[in-house]
Amino acid sequence: MESELNEEYYKNERKADWRDKLRKEMKSKDRTNIPKIHMIEEDPLVRNKSNIEVNKGLTLALALQESRRCLDCVAPTCIVGCPVGTNIPKFIKYLEAGDILGAAKVLKENNSLPAICGRVCPQEIQCEAQCVYVKKLSGEGAAIGHLERFVADYDREHGDNSIPAIAEPNGIKIGVVGSGPAGLTVAGELAKFGYDVTVFEALHDLGGVLKYGIPEFRLPNSIVDFEINTIKQMGVKFVTNFIVGKTATFDDLKSEGFVAFFIASGAGLPNFMNIPGENFNGVVSANEFLTRVNLMGGGKTQFDTPVHAGKNVVIVGGGNTAMDSVRTAKRMGAERAIIVYRRSQEEMPARAEEIKHAIEEEIEFINLTTPIEYFADENGNLNKMRVQKMGLGEPDASGRRRPIPIEGSEYDIDVDSVVIAVGVSPNPIIQQSMPELEVTKWNTIKVDENMMTSIPGLFAGGDIVRGGATVILAMGDGRKAASGIHAYAQKLVLAESV
Amino acid sequence: MFKIIEKEFLSENVARLVIEAPYIAKSRKAGHFIILRIDENGERIPLTISDANIENGTITLIVQRVGVSSHKLCSMNAGDSILDVVGPLGTATHIANVGTVLCAGGGVGVAPLFPIVQAMKLAGNRVITVIAARNKDLVILEDQMRAYSDELIIMTDDGSKGKKGLVTLGMEEVILREKINEAIVIGPAIMMKFAALTTKKYDIPTQASLNTIMVDGTGMCGACRVTVGGKTEFVCVNGPEFDAHKVNFDEMLNRLNAYKAKESKCYREYLETSEAVLN
Ligand SMILES: Cc1cc2nc3c(=O)[nH]c(=O)nc-3n(C[C@H](O)[C@H](O)[C@H](O)COP(=O)(O)OP(=O)(O)OC[C@H]3O[C@@H](n4cnc5c(N)ncnc54)[C@H](O)[C@@H]3O)c2cc1C
Ligand SMILES: Cc1cc2nc3c(=O)[nH]c(=O)nc-3n(C[C@H](O)[C@H](O)[C@H](O)COP(=O)(O)OP(=O)(O)OC[C@H]3O[C@@H](n4cnc5c(N)ncnc54)[C@H](O)[C@@H]3O)c2cc1C
Ligand code: SF4
Ligand code: SF4
Ligand code: FES
Repeated sequence: MESELNEEYYKNERKADWRDKLRKEMKSKDRTNIPKIHMIEEDPLVRNKSNIEVNKGLTLALALQESRRCLDCVAPTCIVGCPVGTNIPKFIKYLEAGDILGAAKVLKENNSLPAICGRVCPQEIQCEAQCVYVKKLSGEGAAIGHLERFVADYDREHGDNSIPAIAEPNGIKIGVVGSGPAGLTVAGELAKFGYDVTVFEALHDLGGVLKYGIPEFRLPNSIVDFEINTIKQMGVKFVTNFIVGKTATFDDLKSEGFVAFFIASGAGLPNFMNIPGENFNGVVSANEFLTRVNLMGGGKTQFDTPVHAGKNVVIVGGGNTAMDSVRTAKRMGAERAIIVYRRSQEEMPARAEEIKHAIEEEIEFINLTTPIEYFADENGNLNKMRVQKMGLGEPDASGRRRPIPIEGSEYDIDVDSVVIAVGVSPNPIIQQSMPELEVTKWNTIKVDENMMTSIPGLFAGGDIVRGGATVILAMGDGRKAASGIHAYAQKLVLAESV
Repeated sequence: MFKIIEKEFLSENVARLVIEAPYIAKSRKAGHFIILRIDENGERIPLTISDANIENGTITLIVQRVGVSSHKLCSMNAGDSILDVVGPLGTATHIANVGTVLCAGGGVGVAPLFPIVQAMKLAGNRVITVIAARNKDLVILEDQMRAYSDELIIMTDDGSKGKKGLVTLGMEEVILREKINEAIVIGPAIMMKFAALTTKKYDIPTQASLNTIMVDGTGMCGACRVTVGGKTEFVCVNGPEFDAHKVNFDEMLNRLNAYKAKESKCYREYLETSEAVLN
């Protein structure tokens, strides 16, 4: 994940007069004494009954205060922690200098969706974990994510929202499969190079997991739509209700003039645990639960899609998906919304912030516990689950301690709804429609260093290549693939012109 | 938007809709289905592609009014548009010349059965079709079925048309009379359960096309899961057809009721609105 730091480049840039001056306005000692700011949050007992965004954003004063904490380091290690190499000190110093739109420009150099990343990146293990405050001063890292969000939001609300510069249209048609962060990024980048880009999306709405998965209270749909709109204005075409491999094959599309493709079909296939009773009514996958609520309006009166909103809801799992599901269940009116997780809180893969928010919202945690069977009434409706306690053994391949069942520790919990959030597998549709495409044993698509698959002209990135990963990694893949596709297409053009 | 080109009622509660969907018309095969969403507030409902016309770029759907969404759909007319149609979904029926094929359809299951009857006939099979309905007014696609069947048997619960009795009775008569190499059964889950028990008695390989609850239809949610031979399968990507003798129909019947209470309530409320009364 970590990139090489081109120290020379950043050192030279840092020497710019305005940065020099800014640094000298305040002693480093005074900067390190500034207390770290905290995000303004909605009251937990108000927000757990509504869909309003939990993090309300920073005030200008808070943002400026935090920007002064950043030391504009000679070797800005924070950049190494960012998968797309955001020029962190530069954007923060523009902010400190009061040029917020300038700061936004810096963000957009490497990241086409900063308002989204500022909200959902696991910053505490990426950029912020590599900040000098953490590495050398055993303090808390600069609040890079919060600042990124502040700058991007400010830009959206106050900037001229001009679309990025676009090269002369070259008439070369490129197809993108999937409109999640990977697909959106590739589309935006290729549009800048002048390509004629069409994004095909299987669902009726755009955004992938950003829309159907991550809930409104964490990432408002209006923000996702704003970004998609910008990409539309850059000339990218979007076709919904179109499943590549089903509605039309790659060969069909090639005969319509598409010369290269980027597959960003995501990791949409939910895993189940294959334990008795898992198919009773009331046991659903997190994808089903979140899709019914986020994409289909389930639970709102004017929408036709039903959703099972239980009184006693258990979510099985400890990742972001589990946290989103449990907090959604609470908002749908659950009296008890419980996480059942087989390891301890320390090993939970969910973002620290989500776990903290969940605890504040009166989510219950039953850790070191795993379900072993579900029970139902005479109509097949779930009414009880049997769980077993777990101990922790030696670390496994993932470096986390392996959970071991404790014999005789089984007990029952009354539930009327269970949401399974134990991971996803790659979406299989593309692979099924193209048996010749090389995949790994996990059924993810194999790519080379330019993100090209075993089939020339076919590129891939995001979760379909990585398995369930993150928004920023999907975007990073998109950027890399855009260069790969550009090089590939230019070679084709050259070959044709000879 | 997907425009409705033609619409007619085949019986009181069953409508036939021809819809403009050129890509789907071109790539669909027997056994495939689509998922549609009527409008912004609509749910996604799966419907089999009953027929298609590549030249005109249209697909034909046959839909039975059973709840809010199917009722709304049956109330639409030629010239109206459906917001979202996606497909073709599912795995196509395995069509081969196997000898004699027994095709049995109950209720609106007759609609999805039609493209299979057609394909089986065109593949050179002897096709015997049994279609069943509660009474003569509910019998659909009789002429179309007859055109592609060597023999068509009609069964009604009340004997108002064809023979009196359930679909299984008609099936068993044929089975006792001649050698059947393969059977295909499509209809309400309860009908498929008993049809499968009937063919099992005589060891006839049988496919059933399962109409489970679905959301996305692309393998993303797992709402459509059923147990087949002890293994969980997603109907939308690995089906909709499965070995009928291995399907756990009792579990499927239960799962179809997952949202029953809410849906019935919505439907009652909807029927009281002016919109439904007008149609
Ligand atoms: C509930 C939840 C919460 C999460 N929270 C976070 C978080 O806080 N931070 C973070 O960084 N990451 C988070 N993630 C992970 C992150 O969302 C994913 O890693 C990221 O969205 C992957 O992007 P992608 O573009 O590869 O695929 P996706 O976002 O999955 O998009 C794939 C798109 O392709 C479409 N598609 C699939 N097949 C086809 C086809 N054949 N033809 C046309 N279209 C097709 C799908 O319908 C989908 O819209 C979360 C994930 C979930 C499920
Ligand atoms: C692969 C497949 C092909 C199908 N083909 C046809 C067809 O060609 N013609 C046709 O009339 N019907 C078909 N169906 C069934 C059709 O999808 C349902 O009748 C429809 O979704 C009901 O929606 P509703 O809102 O009108 O009724 P609801 O009020 O939602 O439900 C009424 C009853 O219908 C069943 N049902 C509800 N939702 C679904 C759902 N999403 N899928 C299946 N059953 C459901 C339940 O048993 C429920 O109790 C098919 C289903 C599947 C899975
Ligand atoms: S994109 Fe994510 S990792 Fe990179 S700087 Fe922004 S918040 Fe940090
Ligand atoms: S490491 Fe921390 S303090 Fe140094 S430049 Fe990066 S964000 Fe600023
Ligand atoms: S309908 Fe969602 S997985 Fe089959």
